[in-house]
Amino acid sequence: MAALQTQGLVKRYGALLVTDEVSLDIRPGELHAVIGPNGAGKTTLINQLSGELRSNEGRIVFDGNDVTALPVHARARSGLLRSYQITSIFEEFSVLENAVLAALAARRNAWAFWKPMLADAESRRAADEAIAAAGLALQAQVPAGELAYGQRRQLELAMTLAAQPKFLLLDEPMAGMSAQESAAVTELLRRLKRRYTILLVEHDMDAVFSLADRITVLVYGRVMFTGTPDEIREHPEVRAVYLGEETA
Amino acid sequence: MTRSSLLRPATAGVWLLFLGLAAVPVVAAAIQQPFWVSFFARIVIYAIAASALNLALGYGGLVSFGHALFMGLGSYAVALPAFHGIDSGWAHLALCVGGSALVALAVGAISLRTTGMAFIMITLAFAQMGYFVFVSLKSYGGDDGLPVAGTSRFGALNLGSTPVLYATALVVLALVTWWMAKLRAAPFGMALRGARQNTRRIDAIGLQARRLQLVAFVISGAVCGVSGLLLANLNAFASPSTLAWTVSGELIVMVVLGGIGTVAGPVIGALVFLGLEEVLKGVTEHWMAIFGPLIVVMALVGRRGVVGLLEVLPKTLRPAPPPVIAREGGT
Repeated sequence: MAALQTQGLVKRYGALLVTDEVSLDIRPGELHAVIGPNGAGKTTLINQLSGELRSNEGRIVFDGNDVTALPVHARARSGLLRSYQITSIFEEFSVLENAVLAALAARRNAWAFWKPMLADAESRRAADEAIAAAGLALQAQVPAGELAYGQRRQLELAMTLAAQPKFLLLDEPMAGMSAQESAAVTELLRRLKRRYTILLVEHDMDAVFSLADRITVLVYGRVMFTGTPDEIREHPEVRAVYLGEETA
Repeated sequence: MTRSSLLRPATAGVWLLFLGLAAVPVVAAAIQQPFWVSFFARIVIYAIAASALNLALGYGGLVSFGHALFMGLGSYAVALPAFHGIDSGWAHLALCVGGSALVALAVGAISLRTTGMAFIMITLAFAQMGYFVFVSLKSYGGDDGLPVAGTSRFGALNLGSTPVLYATALVVLALVTWWMAKLRAAPFGMALRGARQNTRRIDAIGLQARRLQLVAFVISGAVCGVSGLLLANLNAFASPSTLAWTVSGELIVMVVLGGIGTVAGPVIGALVFLGLEEVLKGVTEHWMAIFGPLIVVMALVGRRGVVGLLEVLPKTLRPAPPPVIAREGGT
């Protein structure tokens, strides 16, 4: 059974077709990358999977359940968590508070009106683990608004990990990172691989080809090809359209 | 620049503030100025209302321009039953909290479909509707207001006596302030404050921002209603003017003046606002000409009001610590 399956997913804005009959089949434990040129509709697809955008047509089946009609918070609760390409954190809270809030939200409701959030041992443990995994242990007490750019990206990841989801939707986790920071995140994803099922949208081709089990190439909202990194490298059309190489 | 280092003197400051308020009846009796007690009772009551508003406005980022509605409902929750011969404080309280919470639920459910300017306008519109409802109730005094026929009695405790009322109001304010301090760091408060900073992310991590805000609005309205109950007992009078939009505006000014989103800010804001008003009224009848610019200066100087200034002052006196982390110019 697939961990996440989409059937004929469509998103259009007026006459503009952004997601065109996308059918994906992501296996449990797989790291599945989605690549494509700018404007291919990768982030739109993530938004549809996370529930932030309603699809015009098609079905999304997560963990055996049809989640097509579920709102974003319900999908998050069922273990389908996303990270954002444009960092989306709570600027006034410390790194630790950001992660604990994310950990707590995934487990229970926030209807507690007296005891401090940071005293929730279970969420605290998950948050500490996620912060350490993302390499922010030294910055745990720093307000998120004071973090450097790369660290903000790390926190973005830590928040998603703190929820201990079943499935990670990662929208360009390395966007704007230095080569060194990218390498660190690549290492982190390699460690996370198999523990989580991951859908990775990323422009860093070195990272994608070294991490992914399978890669889907998205062009103008359509799936052009899905295959292993080796198959992608050899695929003439993909090379022509995306990797920008002329095939002789 | 850790939080805990700020917390200690801040907590001590709040204790001092409440000790000072507790000393008011004693001092007033000593210098034979009984007027002081009722004056400070008004301050304490407005501090409760401002603290309630701060939950929605400061923690939740919901700019409600209609919180006078709940103060008014609380007032009439005393005057109306008393008019019909019911002076049980428990009945007043039940009607006050229940009525305010229900109205807040309805107002919140509708207003929270909007944000920003539309939210401000809708909350204002609801408060104005409330104002005109009470103005049009001719059998209950209409725009003349309604004298409270029997003040709230809780067993042997009669809120009609000013010292009793003052003590009760101060205990309520202390409890509300304590709760707001706890709530700020509790899961609900953190999620609510998170929703103000980043609504989208709150939903993405599995919570519902709208629902958190609605619950905050209901609690805020109910607590604000209690301040109205106390006000009606203090004045022995319920008036539609309590629901006037200017009162909603004053509450916002108190919260902003004292320190929006802080625990003690609304209390300090009410104290400074009503205190300054009283002092300036003694100086000149054109007191607004001084008061207005003072508020403008306050708004320009500190984003966190008086509390913000109190936090900044000791820091500027100390040598600046080395920055923990350099801010980078990334986008």
